[in-house]
Amino acid sequence: MTRRLMEGSEAMAEAAVASGCRFFAGYPMTPFTELLEHLARRLPEVGGVCINAESELEAVGMAWGALATGARAATGSTGQGLSLMQESFSEITLAELPLVVFNMARGQSDYFQATRGGGHGDYRHIVLAPMDIAEAVELTQLAFHLADRWRNPVLVYGDYLLAHTAEAVDVSPMTFAPLPPKDWAVDGSLGGTSRSRTVSSLGVGKVNRPGGGIPAHFEAVVPKQAAITAEEVRVETGFLDDAQHVVVAFGTPAKFVRYVVGQLRAEGVHVGFVRPISLWPFPYEAVAAAAEGVRSVMVFEINGGQMVDDVRIGVQGKAPVVSIGGISTDGSGFGVGPLLDVEVIRGRVEAVVSGQEVPA
Amino acid sequence: MTTVLTRGTVTIDVEGCKGCELCIPACPPRVLTMSAEVNGLGFRYPQLHAGCTGCRACLDMCPDFVFEVYKYDTPVELEVEQ
Amino acid sequence: MTAERSIVPTGSPPASAHRVAELTPDLLLTEEHQMCPGCGEPLALRVLLDTLSQLGVAQRTVAVMGIGCYTSFSGTMDLDLVQALHGRAPSVATGVKRMLPDRVVFTMQGDGDMVNEGLQEVVHTAARGESVTAVLLNNGVFGETGGHMTATSVIGQRTKNTLEGRDAEYHGHPIRIGDLLATLDGSAYVARGSVHNAGAVARTKRMVRRAFESQLRGEGFSFVEILTMCPTGWFVPTAEGPGYMDDTLGQVHTMGELKARPGGGPSDHASGALAPEARPGGGPSDHASGALAPEARPGGGPEGGVGR
Ligand code: SF4
Ligand code: SF4
Repeated sequence: MTRRLMEGSEAMAEAAVASGCRFFAGYPMTPFTELLEHLARRLPEVGGVCINAESELEAVGMAWGALATGARAATGSTGQGLSLMQESFSEITLAELPLVVFNMARGQSDYFQATRGGGHGDYRHIVLAPMDIAEAVELTQLAFHLADRWRNPVLVYGDYLLAHTAEAVDVSPMTFAPLPPKDWAVDGSLGGTSRSRTVSSLGVGKVNRPGGGIPAHFEAVVPKQAAITAEEVRVETGFLDDAQHVVVAFGTPAKFVRYVVGQLRAEGVHVGFVRPISLWPFPYEAVAAAAEGVRSVMVFEINGGQMVDDVRIGVQGKAPVVSIGGISTDGSGFGVGPLLDVEVIRGRVEAVVSGQEVPA
Repeated sequence: MTTVLTRGTVTIDVEGCKGCELCIPACPPRVLTMSAEVNGLGFRYPQLHAGCTGCRACLDMCPDFVFEVYKYDTPVELEVEQ
Repeated sequence: MTAERSIVPTGSPPASAHRVAELTPDLLLTEEHQMCPGCGEPLALRVLLDTLSQLGVAQRTVAVMGIGCYTSFSGTMDLDLVQALHGRAPSVATGVKRMLPDRVVFTMQGDGDMVNEGLQEVVHTAARGESVTAVLLNNGVFGETGGHMTATSVIGQRTKNTLEGRDAEYHGHPIRIGDLLATLDGSAYVARGSVHNAGAVARTKRMVRRAFESQLRGEGFSFVEILTMCPTGWFVPTAEGPGYMDDTLGQVHTMGELKARPGGGPSDHASGALAPEARPGGGPSDHASGALAPEARPGGGPEGGVGR
């Protein structure tokens, strides 16, 4: 085990390489750019390919082709770039291809995009939200594993802070349970044998071995969502015993929240936290359990109020749900704003705990 | 009785024909004509007359893959008219 | 004719004959398909599949299919295949080829798919010199939706959304995609054929073969545009499809080889049958100034619209 000081973009790129990712295509966009830079340098060193696509549309299409051959492949951008990719995300999900997507987001305003998506059809992506670089290294590797396990895309939700700060981390390959062979992948070898394969989002095979057809295929893919929901919820909770207030937060802000809650606990305030690590499947049960008998459930997120919807679903009216986050960026609109600050978060939590109005 | 030396012939999968008539002008010696009757799909279909050369033009122009083209081992004399 | 012509029996092959051409192309699991009567796409499909069989590459080929009428061949082509989204086949093919560089990779797209929805993708794939062969079935119309204008519809062409005919001032000009791709340094072989008569089919087959040979030599991006009949989308009687095509699309999207690398094999047919556009010595720079010259008109727009 060796640790090296790396910024998050580099660490995530190294984690992708350690996972066996051998194809990446992307289009530069702050704060995703450095991830692309690192992969452009690293993938050729390990026999892989990284292409500077002419657009996000093309990037995701290229990843699609690489995935169809059975390779581990990924793409990424910020939420803005991922908006362009939504059509392909939908279809790649229906084609049951194990795509990994990095959203190096500008804040947390892409929660809805990540968990609901802007694409068409009944699709879901597993969404993993690391709170720091060490966790990003683990979740990136987990993402490639889960994508293959479920033959379903997995999105890693990073952000500006993760991309641009550095930590000493170990990026050794992790070991996961064995995966089934990719017998569905195409390698061009079965043409003319009457056993040729088709990778398709439409559930159509060949006439001699037809797939279920479009409606049946759509129905067949959906039950996987229930299985993923049952098995892949990931959540961290803390200080929930005898808590009277709970704060829910995800991603890098959750690390600030966890620290604030720890401080307040040390001062005797009965507050706990819930940190969804998987945003889909969302830890509704953990939120429901945390909300039992508390006076408030606060949601801190750097956006106009998105995850709060899922928290309300989890709380089911058992406690008041209060948004204490908000939109906050630097002057460029890409980076970290004044809200992501221990003192500011502490002030907002204390205001709720003491029964004052929440600052607008 | 008039006959013509005929080098080739075709098989026609009449039931696969969609009656587009692309094969008719494609045939250089003009030995294909459309039938008066229709097939099971309701389409008229091509009929072969004496003089086929086995050039495969009809096959190359048939979108419904109904032709198979043969050459006689020894050219045969076929009747032109009944 | 004074008497009725005798009919030669065609139900089964005669005993004393040998077969010279088969009913169903190799690499097709069934000859049945849902294309309209008189459609040119199955003719282009036969050309493509016959070429792959003859080159002996079927067991190292991956097809990437676009979305259009021809998509139904995805289920009947006996090839390993990836179904792409509308417009995206060249990008998907890029990902396939980069992971499987020793395989033959080709795309099949229509004009709506390639020239409308996915123009940027094919242009950039060509510019990168991606070692794939793109096959365009160009009928100048969205056939699958029932006959609507595409970027290759010619001036004057009547479609369901250009009822009075495509008007250059109102609807803009058609894109000659082959000519456009030929200007890019990454393209190695570019040709435009058609399937409106048996001679054109034979010439197109040579083009398709040369395109794949170019890919096998690793020269870069290869492209064959095949003009195909769509009598349904053109609202003409099926038997008139080939003539209409020749008079309309064929006058704007002129047939011939537009570009071939100097090392690109024998140039006999290039200099013969395809004389007007053939550039036997035609490298990229030569091409840009040469092959496009006949069509460079001071006045700009394409003429030779629908000849009605
Ligand atoms: S093989 Fe040639 S000559 Fe014979 S019917 Fe066909 S087109 Fe005509
Ligand atoms: S070209 Fe084929 S489908 Fe069309 S009329 Fe002739 S045999 Fe029938």
